[in-house]
Amino acid sequence: MIEIQNIKKSFDGKAVLKGISGVFRKGKTNLIIGASGTGKSVLLKCIVGLIKPDEGTVYYDNRDFTHANRNLKTDIRREIGMLFQGGALFDSKNVEENVIFPLNVLTEMPLDEKLDRVNFCLQRVGLENVNKKMPSEISGGMKKRVGIARAIVNNSSYLFCDEPNSGLDPQTAITIDNLIKEITEEYDITTVVVTHDMNSVMEIGDYVMFLHEGEKVWEGSDQNIMKSRVKELNDFVFANKMMRIVKNEETSNT
Amino acid sequence: MKSIGKYILFIGSLFVNREKFKTYVALTLDECINIGINSLILISIVATFIGAVSTIQTAYNLVSPLIPDYVISQVVRDLTILELAPSITAIVFAGKVGSNIAGELGTMRITEQIDALEVMGINSVSYLVFPKILASLITYPMLVVIAGFLSIMGGYLAGVYTGIVTEADYLYGLKVDFIEFNVSFAMIKSFVFAFLVSSISSYKGFYTTGGAFEVGKASTIAVTNSCIAILLADYLLAQLLL
Ligand SMILES: Nc1ncnc2c1ncn2[C@@H]1O[C@H](COP(=O)(O)OP(=O)(O)O)[C@@H](O)[C@H]1O
Ligand SMILES: [Mg+2]
Repeated sequence: MIEIQNIKKSFDGKAVLKGISGVFRKGKTNLIIGASGTGKSVLLKCIVGLIKPDEGTVYYDNRDFTHANRNLKTDIRREIGMLFQGGALFDSKNVEENVIFPLNVLTEMPLDEKLDRVNFCLQRVGLENVNKKMPSEISGGMKKRVGIARAIVNNSSYLFCDEPNSGLDPQTAITIDNLIKEITEEYDITTVVVTHDMNSVMEIGDYVMFLHEGEKVWEGSDQNIMKSRVKELNDFVFANKMMRIVKNEETSNT
Repeated sequence: MKSIGKYILFIGSLFVNREKFKTYVALTLDECINIGINSLILISIVATFIGAVSTIQTAYNLVSPLIPDYVISQVVRDLTILELAPSITAIVFAGKVGSNIAGELGTMRITEQIDALEVMGINSVSYLVFPKILASLITYPMLVVIAGFLSIMGGYLAGVYTGIVTEADYLYGLKVDFIEFNVSFAMIKSFVFAFLVSSISSYKGFYTTGGAFEVGKASTIAVTNSCIAILLADYLLAQLLL
């Protein structure tokens, strides 16, 4: 479980996050959604410690991460896996070297054990026989898979994904979304996914936090999102025609 | 001024929260190949030709029959050791290695590879930059020695084979009034330049923001700033030590 309390962040006097609180539960896929530029990525970076919030606290299973000393911070970081928007694979390393990397720097495991773990994770994300391929030689969807494998290789307890399906075709996007959800449930991880994609919300959103201009204006489950009366959320949810059609069907059925 | 402060903080963060020693050995060896070996050919070509041209131009300028021919190689030798080998090579080094470092780190920044390292709790500055600076400090002085040797070789070839100076005179001139401190001075300069080029380029690359366009810009600025720093340091060191 991750709890955030009153997270605030400004850049050059411009408030990007205006005090955001919430709880992301274990074994669930927690989504942070909102339009582009509302501060989703900044919030995620505040949670994982890439950006220091001006105010507020992040708790990882009741451990204060924001004000932790270096040892505790390092301990918590070892439990964090993150999938970046473009995959962020190290492009001078091949697939296997990318996935083994966290084990090399974070653990003292013997090599054959590390390789077993790498192969297990690559298999789990549906990749085989690509160990020696370079990141430039594989497709966008495969990069995301490798990124997920790298994020979970060290038995992470927390998984963060920034726009996991950006730049993918709709079908691949849904596979990646579902892979994240499956892994979350299988290993009982606390997962936080940033997205602006309503498909992801309907597909995998156990808990949804909706941000608008740096504020949390709504939170709830994916079932309730259609029924909400918050205007900003409605504008976001029903921006595409598909969702409007779904809504009309539902209202005419009841 | 503000960016100089930030640069100093950047250098300071090289030394905190480091990784295992073994990790750095492997990374530094990789960088030595990347930085040293890959600039060897370019630097060799430049040094040989500059030595050759210096010889011909020196001979062209020494028209008085009172000046013996061996002075030509004496001049070429001192020019090479004091300025051509350490400083001109540094400019070439800045162009080749500086842009390479800034481009690589800039790309890693904008594709979030640096963030990925940070999330794993790695001090990305020391992990990425320390090996580059160390490898530059190791390989650049060697490159300077090679450049110096080739420059004098180039002078020899140009001088002796075009008949400007006899082989005996050229070799004699190399030995006349040889000041050993000049070699030490060249080595001191090499270390300073290697540090400046690698650290400034790393700094510029590391703090790139934006996209591919900005990476290109960061590379150019890295080279420009490195060159300015080299020239300033060259002047200061000459003032201080000669
Ligand atoms: N490092 C930074 N420095 C200054 N401004 C930033 C920085 N990172 C993000 N911002 C600004 O914060 C706002 C929110 O950005 P972001 O969180 O990336 O949006 P999104 O919700 O699309 O992920 C944007 O206006 C962006 O310009
Ligand atoms: Mg974003």
